Amino acid sequence: MTKISMTVNGRQVTGDVEGRTLLVDFLRENLRLTGTHVGCDTSQCGACTVHVNGLQVKSCTMFAVEADGADVGTVEGQQNADGSLSTLQAAFQEHHGLQCGFCTPGMIMAASSLLKNNPKPSEAEIRHHLEGNICRCTGYHNIVKAIMAASGQDVSNIAAE
Amino acid sequence: MPKDSGIGASSKRREDVRFLTGKGQYTDDVNVYGQTYVHFLRSDVAHAKINGIDTSAAEAMPGVVRIFTGKDFEGIGGLPCGWQVTDRHGQPMQEPGHPVLAQGKVRHVGDPIAAIVAETREQARDAAEAIGLELEELPAAVNMKEALKEGAPKVHDDLTSNLCYDWGFVEDNKAAVDEAIKNAAHVTTLELVNNRLIANPMEPRVAVGDYNAANDESTLYTTSQNPHVIRLLMGAFVLGIPEHKLRVVAPDVGGGFGTKIFHYAEEAFVTFAARQIKRPVKWTSTRSEAFMSDAHGRDHVTKIELALDKDNNFTAIRTETYANMGAYLSTFAPSVPTWLHGTLMAGNYRTPLIYVNVKAVFTNTVPVDAYRGAGRPEATFQLERVIDKAARELGVDPIKLRRQNFITQFPYATPVAVEYDTGDYTATMDKLEEIMDLSGFAARRKASEAKGKWRGLGINCYIEACGIAPSNLVGQLGARAGLYDAATVRVNATGSISVMVGAHSHGQGHETTFPQVIAEMIGIDESQVDIVHGDSSKIPFGMGTYGSRSLAVCGSAMVRATEKVIRKAKKIAAHLLEASEADIELKNGKFSVAGTDKSVDWTGVTLAAYVPHNYPLEDIEPGLEETAFYDPSNFTYPSGAYACEVEVDPETGKVTIEKFAAADDFGNVVNPMIVEGQVHGGIAQGIGQALLEAAVYDENGQLQSASYMDYAMPRADDLPFYIVDHSSCTPCTHNPLGVKGCGEAGAIGSPPAVVNAVIDALASGGKNVGHIDMPLTPHRVWKAMNQ
Repeated sequence: MTKISMTVNGRQVTGDVEGRTLLVDFLRENLRLTGTHVGCDTSQCGACTVHVNGLQVKSCTMFAVEADGADVGTVEGQQNADGSLSTLQAAFQEHHGLQCGFCTPGMIMAASSLLKNNPKPSEAEIRHHLEGNICRCTGYHNIVKAIMAASGQDVSNIAAE
Repeated sequence: MPKDSGIGASSKRREDVRFLTGKGQYTDDVNVYGQTYVHFLRSDVAHAKINGIDTSAAEAMPGVVRIFTGKDFEGIGGLPCGWQVTDRHGQPMQEPGHPVLAQGKVRHVGDPIAAIVAETREQARDAAEAIGLELEELPAAVNMKEALKEGAPKVHDDLTSNLCYDWGFVEDNKAAVDEAIKNAAHVTTLELVNNRLIANPMEPRVAVGDYNAANDESTLYTTSQNPHVIRLLMGAFVLGIPEHKLRVVAPDVGGGFGTKIFHYAEEAFVTFAARQIKRPVKWTSTRSEAFMSDAHGRDHVTKIELALDKDNNFTAIRTETYANMGAYLSTFAPSVPTWLHGTLMAGNYRTPLIYVNVKAVFTNTVPVDAYRGAGRPEATFQLERVIDKAARELGVDPIKLRRQNFITQFPYATPVAVEYDTGDYTATMDKLEEIMDLSGFAARRKASEAKGKWRGLGINCYIEACGIAPSNLVGQLGARAGLYDAATVRVNATGSISVMVGAHSHGQGHETTFPQVIAEMIGIDESQVDIVHGDSSKIPFGMGTYGSRSLAVCGSAMVRATEKVIRKAKKIAAHLLEASEADIELKNGKFSVAGTDKSVDWTGVTLAAYVPHNYPLEDIEPGLEETAFYDPSNFTYPSGAYACEVEVDPETGKVTIEKFAAADDFGNVVNPMIVEGQVHGGIAQGIGQALLEAAVYDENGQLQSASYMDYAMPRADDLPFYIVDHSSCTPCTHNPLGVKGCGEAGAIGSPPAVVNAVIDALASGGKNVGHIDMPLTPHRVWKAMNQ
């Protein structure tokens, strides 16, 4: 067992983990932050996407010990300080960008990472960025639309052209 | 003007807030104090005799609590099948046993052999590696037609062959159909494969079993679309636990698409093991396990013949299908290629004579059962492909050929045993031509050609049978259950309402749409109504969610219960207003006496019901709560017309979807935003089937597509924005809301549109290709165009 400590959503946390413990398991099992999901075992689906030191990371692909000392962000930390939905989260609700909700935390984390680096992404850029996040419910239509809307783009005529 | 609340409003989903903030409670988020973890040791070969299982070394491993094998389940029921098909000779299908853990033989890669229960997940997995297995590998039956040959390896030694049933429908039509085809002016024949798929909801299956010795009660938390069905099947047929001692909870469920309907071995195992070891037992599927233990879908091999007269009227259809059952009969497997497929073979067309033959076959593969659409996509695909091929052979416009043969009079009794109540196929086709801008296709084709691409247009229509199902009808067809649903409307003293519904929401948004209906009926705010679902201890009963049935069947039960509530509330209001019950009107949440200014609001009545100080106790019971069960009198028949435009790269065979439109008739719509989302998702799964997805077995029965690195899930950059429309509306005539169901349409209507488009694109490039089997990968398309 190794003692690790890190900042998660602005809160200092510590824990004892085995060398083989994945970051996602540390978040889910030790910290009970169950918003981060496990949808596959080959780093393909992106349901476990979090931010580590500001970078978008699949937390099933990183050992917890590798995040020792890091600044980790999960979906539980995405709301505004007053508890209201962030612009991105609100756009997902407004444009029906989620159905079963299982891939949603990963989508929010991936999309917020995209918008940080590219505040007005094109449709093609959004679709390309989401290549590592699988959704089985929405057909991506409303996810892409929500991200465009969150970036301030007019989405009223999407698919009409 | 769009409404902002009630029926017809695109109310924003209230469930979204918890999902967007990481507060959803999925089954893997359920942890019970003192729980253990189970790991299943599964067969890595398709077919073998089990000559020995040595668990002694594994039992001594750290943290191991107990190891179970098939021996522990001797004398305990196997997993039951919920549907018995009768074959064309009047005999029942062959029905093999399905043990919870393998007994004597393993029959597919993934068949569970032993279950290791340990203190941690890792300890269980480590111990599994120490189990000594003596497997004597046997030749495997993989290809369906080979499996039916004399001398083929038998999946089940106690059955006469690998043939589950040979079904003919309608058997009495056979001779007339043969005759019509013999005498037809033109017959188009097509042989095709409906590719095997894996549903792949993003949440893998999870089951947590708990046992309370104090009251002898078992609780199962499971990723299910229908907790009551699981309680019934597992309690009554597998473990012998009476319903009142068994609680099944399906909390937030991360997608289902059919594959979470069925009762699985892992659910029975954790419930059984928790009783044995007196501790909770948890199983969380890995994705790799999901590929080899979730029921697969589709997997039909079909020959279809369409006969036409000299004026291009359809005169007869004859089909022969081989349907893969896999190694065991999953819960509803036998019904999918028969009653959910044969009955839809008329499609949207007046074809007077139809004969459908289906041979269901056991193979050494994962069981196959319902996947989004279930039988209806298979019917639609072959019909719409053969019509397109006929149009090409006859040199007529494929839209014109369809229009000419549309059913236009309703109700319409098909020659395959169902009666469509309403529809307007001309209207949906008109709408499709408009939203797809079909008149602009020639210019778009030219633009593609200028880029060196071949552009194709594919059209198709679909009809489906939803609102599953009239119990008396399906009972005659072999269903071993009723398919009604139930709802309890509990009005609280202060006027808020809890509605306990038998439908289960795992992405469909029931928590938002169901309250819209009640709010409209009573005239109160949607926020005053909450839905309770997914827990057999909280809801009266329910058959769950599948077959686009939630609103059509359970929603109807909810309407009936609400009507009862309103009737009683009016009586109470009549007393409070000292008026005759017949004069009481309910409008906008207020009861008033017709023609007067006397009124009492909703909460005045609900409070009186629970604080009956001034109340006619001799005439009316206190309280305000009603339950209704609703059994539909017919299926519902959503329909529509779809169009797809693709570009094919002549150099590589790569297909891209350039434009896609869906014009659907779902009858009345409660929440247009959610309906459109359902269609989007269905289309994506249909495009996935058409271009990307395939569950592939090698000749030894090894599953070669067993991870997301091998099984191509559609991703954001594989798909376009979709144009969807549901303004063509012919309300269902036999349910109170006039709704038809929308969940499966997209997955049914899109595969033929895509394939028809690719064939059209190749033709525009001078390549006359009759058919390409799905998925239309660049390799397959390139091969077809270069043959």
